[in-house]
Amino acid sequence: MAIGSIPLRYQISIDRDRCMECGRCVENCPYGTFRREGDRIVIDSRNCTACHRCIAMCPRDAITLTEHPCDYRSHPIWTRDARESIYNQARTGKIILAGMGSTQSLPPIFDQILLDACQVTNPSIDPLREPMELRTYIGKKPSRLTLRRREDGDVDLETELSPNLKLDTPIMIGHMSYGAISLNAQLALAKGAQASGTFLGTGEGGMHPAIFPYQDNMIVQVASGRFGVDVDYLNRGAAIEIKIGQGAKPGIGGHLPGEKVCADVSCTRMIPLGSDAISPAPHHDIYSIEDLAQLVRSLKEATEWKKPVFVKIAAVHNVAAIAAGIARSSADAVVVDGFRGGTGAAPKIFRDNVGIPIEAAVSAVDQKLRAQGVRNEISVIASGGLRNAADVTKAIALGADAVYIGTAALVAMGCRVCGNCYRNLCPWGIATQRPDLVSRLNPDLEGEHVANLIHAWTMEVSELMGAAGINAIESLRGNRDRLRGYMLDEGMLKVLDVKPAGA
Amino acid sequence: MNVVVRIDAAELHYTPLNRMVRAAVRDGEKEIVIDNVLGQRFIADGLVGEVVITVNGVPGGDLGMFMRGPMLVVHGNADHAPGNTMDGGTIVIHGSAGDAAAHSMRGGKVFVRDDVGYRGGIHMKEYEEKHPCLVVGGTARSYLGEYMAGGIVLLLRLGETGPFVERGIASGIHGGEVYVRGEVDPGCLAVGAKVLPFEEAHRERIRPLIEEFCRYFGNDPAPLIVADYTRIGPASARPFAGKYTWE
Amino acid sequence: MCGIISVVDRAGNLMDGSKIKLALSLMDERGSGEGAGYAAYGIYPEHADCYALHVFFDNIIEARAAVEALLRAWGTIVHDEEIPTCDQPNLKKVHTPWRYFFKPDAALMSGSSSSEEEIVTSLVMKVNTTVPGALIYSSGKNVGVFKAAGWPEEVADFYRIQDYRGYIWLAHNRYPTNTRGWWGGAHPFNLLDWSVIHNGEITSYGTNRRYIESFGYRCTMLTDTEVVAYLVDLLARRHGLDEELTVRALAPPFWDEIDAMPEKEQNLNRAIRLAYGSAMMNGPFAIVVATHKGIVGFTDRIKLRPMVAAEKGDRLYISSEEAAIRRMEPDLDRVWMPRAGEPVIGRVY
Repeated sequence: MAIGSIPLRYQISIDRDRCMECGRCVENCPYGTFRREGDRIVIDSRNCTACHRCIAMCPRDAITLTEHPCDYRSHPIWTRDARESIYNQARTGKIILAGMGSTQSLPPIFDQILLDACQVTNPSIDPLREPMELRTYIGKKPSRLTLRRREDGDVDLETELSPNLKLDTPIMIGHMSYGAISLNAQLALAKGAQASGTFLGTGEGGMHPAIFPYQDNMIVQVASGRFGVDVDYLNRGAAIEIKIGQGAKPGIGGHLPGEKVCADVSCTRMIPLGSDAISPAPHHDIYSIEDLAQLVRSLKEATEWKKPVFVKIAAVHNVAAIAAGIARSSADAVVVDGFRGGTGAAPKIFRDNVGIPIEAAVSAVDQKLRAQGVRNEISVIASGGLRNAADVTKAIALGADAVYIGTAALVAMGCRVCGNCYRNLCPWGIATQRPDLVSRLNPDLEGEHVANLIHAWTMEVSELMGAAGINAIESLRGNRDRLRGYMLDEGMLKVLDVKPAGA
Repeated sequence: MNVVVRIDAAELHYTPLNRMVRAAVRDGEKEIVIDNVLGQRFIADGLVGEVVITVNGVPGGDLGMFMRGPMLVVHGNADHAPGNTMDGGTIVIHGSAGDAAAHSMRGGKVFVRDDVGYRGGIHMKEYEEKHPCLVVGGTARSYLGEYMAGGIVLLLRLGETGPFVERGIASGIHGGEVYVRGEVDPGCLAVGAKVLPFEEAHRERIRPLIEEFCRYFGNDPAPLIVADYTRIGPASARPFAGKYTWE
Repeated sequence: MCGIISVVDRAGNLMDGSKIKLALSLMDERGSGEGAGYAAYGIYPEHADCYALHVFFDNIIEARAAVEALLRAWGTIVHDEEIPTCDQPNLKKVHTPWRYFFKPDAALMSGSSSSEEEIVTSLVMKVNTTVPGALIYSSGKNVGVFKAAGWPEEVADFYRIQDYRGYIWLAHNRYPTNTRGWWGGAHPFNLLDWSVIHNGEITSYGTNRRYIESFGYRCTMLTDTEVVAYLVDLLARRHGLDEELTVRALAPPFWDEIDAMPEKEQNLNRAIRLAYGSAMMNGPFAIVVATHKGIVGFTDRIKLRPMVAAEKGDRLYISSEEAAIRRMEPDLDRVWMPRAGEPVIGRVY
């Protein structure tokens, strides 16, 4: 079978009148889209990934990019993507990997949920003038208190509280490992999290010494590869997270290719230089829910029951029952990662077809935990494709205690969601270990951008709460009465426990 | 004077048991004996220090998990995954171990006098001076050394003759070595695994492990040192590289 | 999801339930205090020729009347009584457990070689699907299941299982995810002479359920284990496979193993996989199935759940953990880890 080259994905053009041939595009593009020939800049559009680095760096706004300048004959079933996947697999006989979250054109449910506001019957609250509490505690809450009033009138609290994380905002940053992203990127996220009074996950990559100053804001991850995991690492984190699965690729493991395992990554992960870091699909000490309980308790024993333990699962069909099992395991929080969650690399077939949306998952989890009377046993953290403060607010109203953001935080640092994270050539210095590219990312500046984003979203959440007459986040949590569905079918409304607009 | 701390674990939950062990180690005790152990998990979990702990009885799963430094001597069979994600130290089991023995172990040694269950040495990995070893006197079940990323699994098969016939040996191995005394049925080698030459250098590599094993369990090392071994290692450091293409 | 233990005395000597309670309680870590149960064979010698039907009633007025009307229509209630229970601090009688010693009238189901069993099976299915507030969870001769939502020791004390004496015991400690606190969801599961305890999750449940329902069984317990009892009933009782071949059908060899077999064995195993492909159980499991003749324990094909076996004299033990067996019998003759998919069989002599 002879297969010709496929049409261009992106076409770059330079407005020659505006171009001053400064060569910044040549310097900035790691993919080789531009080169200088004599006094002329030559373009090879086939190399372009739409990362926009050239466009952002061009001092004269001379560069434009066109997506799919030449398309195939239109066809409702045999889309461009369907055809090109086949050309690829006919040529290679392999599984297709892709970067970033799902590109399926399924509508986000968030966009079909509308928020409420007060009119007449109760006043809205202006967060500028009135108190507005977004402080969030993540961890086990007692289901009832044992109190004793002493003769002198003092009340003794006899219930012992479990360790909880204290967040100034319900927005946390999810786990992106050093290895998947650069140390500068992780540092920037850590700075942003610390400045925002929130937490950041290490991902399954261990903790680099440069991150130690931020360890009180770090959640250390224990995934199936156990990379970088030793007792010091466990004791360093503010909390420990067991990663079972990831929304972008439920049910499968991952691996960091040897070429991304540089000296520094090797030390942090505690693996040999240049060797693949393979995370198996399951933890091989967890084949069942009681095994998960055992791992949770082994981590608690190792850290003398001082650290909250989170369990992160991908949002799959039976997510609610699984979360209910986790709630009985001594775990303190369950992270539910929806199918739109980001990733450095995932098989396309998984990314686009496996799992369920976070909106349905978090709602089902919250309802199941309540139905079984174990909601206080565990905090619920929603993640996977949250794009703005409205998504955050809706996720909390659907039952989450807090959210993880991932892609949004990377976008705050310049990421253009081009989806080429796996190539180690990220021109923004995020998903790469190449020193020259990593040095493009200034951790102080990008840390500030991340903090700005969290601050802005937190303000917006306050405003939305205030408009709904709510001044403490506890009153928003699970408050589906303040949501309405718009053009959602009856089945989905039932899953969400949300009324349709107008009802 | 050498004082031995004794703990009676009868009817004792693992958390208070571990608390007592930690307290003793913190007090500088060098030898602890735990009697009447029956099913307690996580013994010496995350324990750091130089101490010898004797476990009399049948401990529960995850014995010595995350441990760094201590020596555990078990008189009885260990359950699931002794040496799980262990960082350093030694576990000596006078008996057998359950499935996933030495799971994800990064450092230290585990010696099992008798057999191990399925997936022994799964995802063991090495790093710098850390070089984990699992030595098994008897036999092992399927998927021995699965996903292995470093270290040594040594299967002595004492009393066994004929080729070793268990499915999926070293499935997905991408580092480290599995040594099996005698022949290995070629059909049992899994994807990514390959028989490598066994030469004098390799014999020298396993000799100290054999000697240490025999010291603990009173066997004669000589015949084991001169025996023939099948050495299995990764066919490639990137066992799954050929599986994927990019979008 | 859970912890299991079973013992058979192959000489038929009776054991009271006090030790298995201790053994199961040792595995409390494997459960969550929301389901435990025991089954014992040989406990009803005075009614050994009757089917002992154990029923949970939500109320003992309408539901009981409806069940009794059905039983009387299909046979004779030789004796019935409330199963004695003793409320525990955390375990109250939310259902009333009742037992009937029942003799079906075989003449009412003519044309079947096992008409008594057909009647009892159809009664179980009928009650469980059509009588609100009634659930028959045990229906064999001289066997009884005792289960509830609680910790192993609570459930044992609730039923005072030390007062029962059997030559086979099965016990199970549950870690539920889907159906909290539902007594019917606890193990063991029983149908006629078959009792099952199970640790794990059957990923082929959707296939197995559709398959078994095509033979007239109805899955009503909202859990995957129930299907095992029916599959065993179908293969062993109705299709006449022996224990070993039944297990072979449920956890068959891999194709590459079959391809390497001598021709006759190859043909047999290929035939089993072709005929019973939909009965094959996938996913992690360790299971013990019992009948009055003995017990059979087996795990999934790639050994995703633990199982330990041990012997002491006439007694054969199968459990998730050796420590639990040693709680019953510290001094064992032999302890071993059975191979994946290979049955451990303890037959009464």
